Amino acid sequence: MTEPVLSVRNLQVEFASRRGTLRAIDDVSFDIAKGEVLGVVGESGAGKSVTGLSVIGLIDPPGRIAGGEIHLAGMRIDNLPPEEMRRIRGKRIGMIFQDPLTSLNPLYRVGDQIVETIRTHLNLSEQAARRRAIDLLAEVGIPAPEKRIDGYPHEFSGGMRQRVVIALAICAEPELIIADEPTTALDVSVQAQIISLIKRLGRDHGTAVMLVTHDMGVIAETSDRVAVMYAGRVAEIGPVQDVVRNPLHPYAKGLMGAIPTLAGEDKRLVQIPGSMPRLSAIPRGCSFNPRCAFAFDRCRVDRPEPLPRGAQSVACHLYDDVPAESAA
Amino acid sequence: MLAFTLRRAVQAIGVMFAVGIIAFSMFRFAGDPVNQIVSIDTSAAEREAVRKSLGLDDPVPVQFVRYFGDAAQFKFGISYQFRQPVSTLLMERMPATLELAICATVFAMVFGILMGVYSALKRDTALAKLFQAVSLIGISLPTFLIGILLIYLFAVTLGWLPSFGRGEVVRLGWWTTGLLTLSGLKALIMPSITLGLFQMTLIMRLVRAEMLEVLRTDYIRFARARGLSTRAIHFGHALKNTLIPVITVAGLQFGSVIAFSIITETVFQWPGMGLLFVQAVQNVDIPIMAAYLLMVSLIFVTINLVVDILYTVVDPRLRSTVGRAT
Repeated sequence: MTEPVLSVRNLQVEFASRRGTLRAIDDVSFDIAKGEVLGVVGESGAGKSVTGLSVIGLIDPPGRIAGGEIHLAGMRIDNLPPEEMRRIRGKRIGMIFQDPLTSLNPLYRVGDQIVETIRTHLNLSEQAARRRAIDLLAEVGIPAPEKRIDGYPHEFSGGMRQRVVIALAICAEPELIIADEPTTALDVSVQAQIISLIKRLGRDHGTAVMLVTHDMGVIAETSDRVAVMYAGRVAEIGPVQDVVRNPLHPYAKGLMGAIPTLAGEDKRLVQIPGSMPRLSAIPRGCSFNPRCAFAFDRCRVDRPEPLPRGAQSVACHLYDDVPAESAA
Repeated sequence: MLAFTLRRAVQAIGVMFAVGIIAFSMFRFAGDPVNQIVSIDTSAAEREAVRKSLGLDDPVPVQFVRYFGDAAQFKFGISYQFRQPVSTLLMERMPATLELAICATVFAMVFGILMGVYSALKRDTALAKLFQAVSLIGISLPTFLIGILLIYLFAVTLGWLPSFGRGEVVRLGWWTTGLLTLSGLKALIMPSITLGLFQMTLIMRLVRAEMLEVLRTDYIRFARARGLSTRAIHFGHALKNTLIPVITVAGLQFGSVIAFSIITETVFQWPGMGLLFVQAVQNVDIPIMAAYLLMVSLIFVTINLVVDILYTVVDPRLRSTVGRAT
């Protein structure tokens, strides 16, 4: 395998608070290859968004990256000086946020915002940047882009604004796009369009995509691989078909069981009892153990490390039968 | 846009009409004007003659229509005290007041915005905290006290600046300006600071609060994620969004600056409309008081109109959707 576009190794993110340091991300590792879409799922507060933000270097104080490494195409980026990191943002890593209604500055024409971004990163003249902006708007599926480029954000619908946001994210041909819940704020009918757009762009440009969402349906449709996060850790990661059809981690099983199917008979959807622990009260051992139907003594004492199992990798003591010592 | 401007203009005329009624009724309720004009030993026949010559024996509605018609042409009658047309007196004094008010506002805007932006961006520095402390003084100290303290320090103790008056002025047509002579400029410094200090601190606190608010918004976060330079984010994206409330306040405050210049003009013996008004109050010179009331409200109304139009220049959302929810 060639070098991954993004490689995150043992990432730890901490937030200093009045009640001591909270660890939002604990020992998270994953890779994304060129052209690959990695879905990151989990409940609210599982650390999905924080992971995305730490990759692009936008963790705001009091948060900080406390450990681990982030490599972009082989180059370590988590410890770069702010000015160098700024040049990577937007140029080599594009980001799409959740709410297209608030992502654009209301006082500037969308064209000006795109041109500004293009000219920040690429050495283009005003006219060339404008032509490129029109091409980009056309590429993300905005009709009559040469006219719409002079529109203000409030003249666009939510779905159209998210397309503009995507155009902004890809305007310097980044190697990696981080999409943080790109469809959550949109209508269901528009969601599908945006998802297929992100997928198409990733395929056409060979861009790696980190797709953060809590919508398993979106993941199943778009992703090549999926990482299931729980309480700041990766519970399970693997190819999307394997994880969806044959989830290993009890939490992943619970998540997949909670997807409604059209074909399904009148079965009650399975619910995971309880809720995710607060960061200040993460239980000892496996953080999922109080909610886990399969928990046994060891789960309450030892923290499971992620171990490969087939194409998947899972952090659960149920699968300790494979050599357990190797990862300890 | 045009309809919007017209609607606002009609409203403005309504406001001016209401103020006109109040100004006119001052004549009716502030005693008999004839007594103010003539001396004590004037005979009753002479008093009647004066009353007739001033049109004061006509029915009230007739007097009102006449007053309003005259006022619309900037004829405000004759000052009891100076025996000169009020409009001439006001015209003579207006340049001084407007020059002072403009200087004070420019001072307040420039320093208010700079200090506000600085104290929002460098929140934890000692200088930002000093600004906050100074702004508290500016908000809470009364204008006349600041003026007197400044005079004591810079005019009496240090002797750098004149303590009163406008210095030498240059006449440009009917307008007199102190901006072209050194003594005129020196004389402007202390009154401008005195008059503008409150506005400056207000704008500074407003800019700071708005800026902190804007910096937390999604589009600023997204601008950072796009890799824009810090300068472009702070001064392009954040500051422009901060300016909408600042325009409102600065605009409204320009009206108050003119209205409150009464105090500053008194402290510095500044030969403007405010000082004229204070003298008029002392001498129950009603034509001047009424005319001043009308002038100040005209300025207020005009400024409000300009501010409304300025909004639409800054904020594109208001251009197409005035009056409608977005």
